[in-house]
Amino acid sequence: MKLAVCIKRVPDMEGRFKVGPSGTAIDETGLKFDMSDFDGYAAEVAIQITEKLGAGEVTVISLGPDVVQETLRKALSMGAHRAVHLKQDAPVSDGLAIATAIAAELKDGGYDLVLLGRMAVDTQNRSTGAFVAELLGVPFISAISQLNVEGGVVKARRELEGSYELIECPLPAVVTIDEGIARARYPSLKGIMAAKKKPMESKPAQLGAITYQLEKLELPAERAAGRIIGEGRDAVPELVRLLKEEAKVL
Amino acid sequence: MPNILAFSETRLGELRRAGLETVTAARRVADATGGQVHAVLVGAPGVGQFAARLAAHGADVVLVLEHDAFANYNPEAIVATLAQRLGSGYRAAFFAASAQGHDLVARVAAKMKLAYASDVTEFAFSADSVTVQHPGYTNKIVQTFVLKATPAIISLRAGAVLPVENAKAGTVEALASAIDPASSRVKVTLTEKAAGGKIDLGEAPVIIAGGRGLKEAANFALVENLAAAFGNAAVGATRAVTDDGWRPHSDQIGQTGRLVSPDLYVACGISGAIQHLAGMRTSKTIVAINKDKEAPIFKVADYGIVGDVLDILPVLTEEVKKAKAGA
Repeated sequence: MKLAVCIKRVPDMEGRFKVGPSGTAIDETGLKFDMSDFDGYAAEVAIQITEKLGAGEVTVISLGPDVVQETLRKALSMGAHRAVHLKQDAPVSDGLAIATAIAAELKDGGYDLVLLGRMAVDTQNRSTGAFVAELLGVPFISAISQLNVEGGVVKARRELEGSYELIECPLPAVVTIDEGIARARYPSLKGIMAAKKKPMESKPAQLGAITYQLEKLELPAERAAGRIIGEGRDAVPELVRLLKEEAKVL
Repeated sequence: MPNILAFSETRLGELRRAGLETVTAARRVADATGGQVHAVLVGAPGVGQFAARLAAHGADVVLVLEHDAFANYNPEAIVATLAQRLGSGYRAAFFAASAQGHDLVARVAAKMKLAYASDVTEFAFSADSVTVQHPGYTNKIVQTFVLKATPAIISLRAGAVLPVENAKAGTVEALASAIDPASSRVKVTLTEKAAGGKIDLGEAPVIIAGGRGLKEAANFALVENLAAAFGNAAVGATRAVTDDGWRPHSDQIGQTGRLVSPDLYVACGISGAIQHLAGMRTSKTIVAINKDKEAPIFKVADYGIVGDVLDILPVLTEEVKKAKAGA
């Protein structure tokens, strides 16, 4: 079985962000970068499939400047077999243009299953997987929390607001991975050593047309400072009065 | 002027609130540009019953696609049908940025070779473009984009546009599926409410959320009791709590979980890690109960009580019951 995992290099979300001087990029000073969380789960799921089968190959793909090779190398050290870097130096905000480049790379690769995170935690568009599936013309299942691939059929579960769905489709297919399915493993020392010898191919990204353009980034408005109304259970009647009379939510 | 399409989501035979939000958004644009609002309902036979509610919220026309093969979500047939319909000439199409929306909308857009604006909180139409806002970087950054594609395909974050009544004719027209709906390669074999038939976090006016301050899973009963006292409340949790298995992952509020903005958010024993705040800071009123008065949750809380949540919650539950009984 041939699997592909699309991964994105993103800043560590624990930090505070500042908008850089261009107004359209965050200030990267002092930020750490790593694989987007959900993409890490996708890589883990793909690697586990090949480990369980004792066969198959996981290709990891990332689009961006040369530094994304670090992130690809991390996926190789987790256990992916080969990496493809789609080189693109200038930032791109049009998800369809990016998906066009990814689909062009995947198209003739003979992949049975393509996995992505359900969203990149920086841009939060949640669209790349669906775009790629449609451009490839293959079935798509988004945001899955359970996955079983057997006999050429994908069986999955998706959490919805207050409910869930069970979904099936034939291979080849594209799926995006939600939380709760697998945690990305930490690369072992052996894995890190092995990754150094694994193939990494770099080629220019063939972007599609740009019709969705980032204009600016801003920090959200701060909430007005709150107040502590008291300590312990004695403060409860005053809280209830405020919820009723001031906030009018009770 | 070209018309505006609104996709109205239904599930398990119910119209979702998001389905009224998309119609309200479309109405707002149509009132400014002069086009008509065409709302779309897709489901099992009987789904057309919701046409009257869509009309009340501003649909001039309600396009109804009823078939047994749409009893569960049928993505490939819906994508093909909407792409065909939108190809006949619309200025814009509004969808919900829901679990179903995120599965559906990008595929409609890609089928039409159009970029689209996802998870939008604000939008402004001009002659040849739409400017939208969409939170990013775990909601710590507001991103503004310009979309130059027609139709402008937009998914709306829950609560970004609240349903407003503005009655129009709502003339019902049958919509035909563009492909045989039984031929879809992707089949949803089961749709089921999560255990307990709870109010959904995205739709509840009140959310009572618990964190590590509750000390153990069993103490979540205190949170559930308070939610029950409100009657219209859902229960949420922090990532620390869902990671430890005290609550299901679907209850998690925060940057990697649900993003909520209820009228009232009560944070019980939650310190307010930045990842949690990202998921709830847009709530209208925030109450925090925490024993550490330096906890960051108090910086965003409108009302704070410093103290032991296990001690305070039963008292608050009784007071809320009394207030509800007297109301």
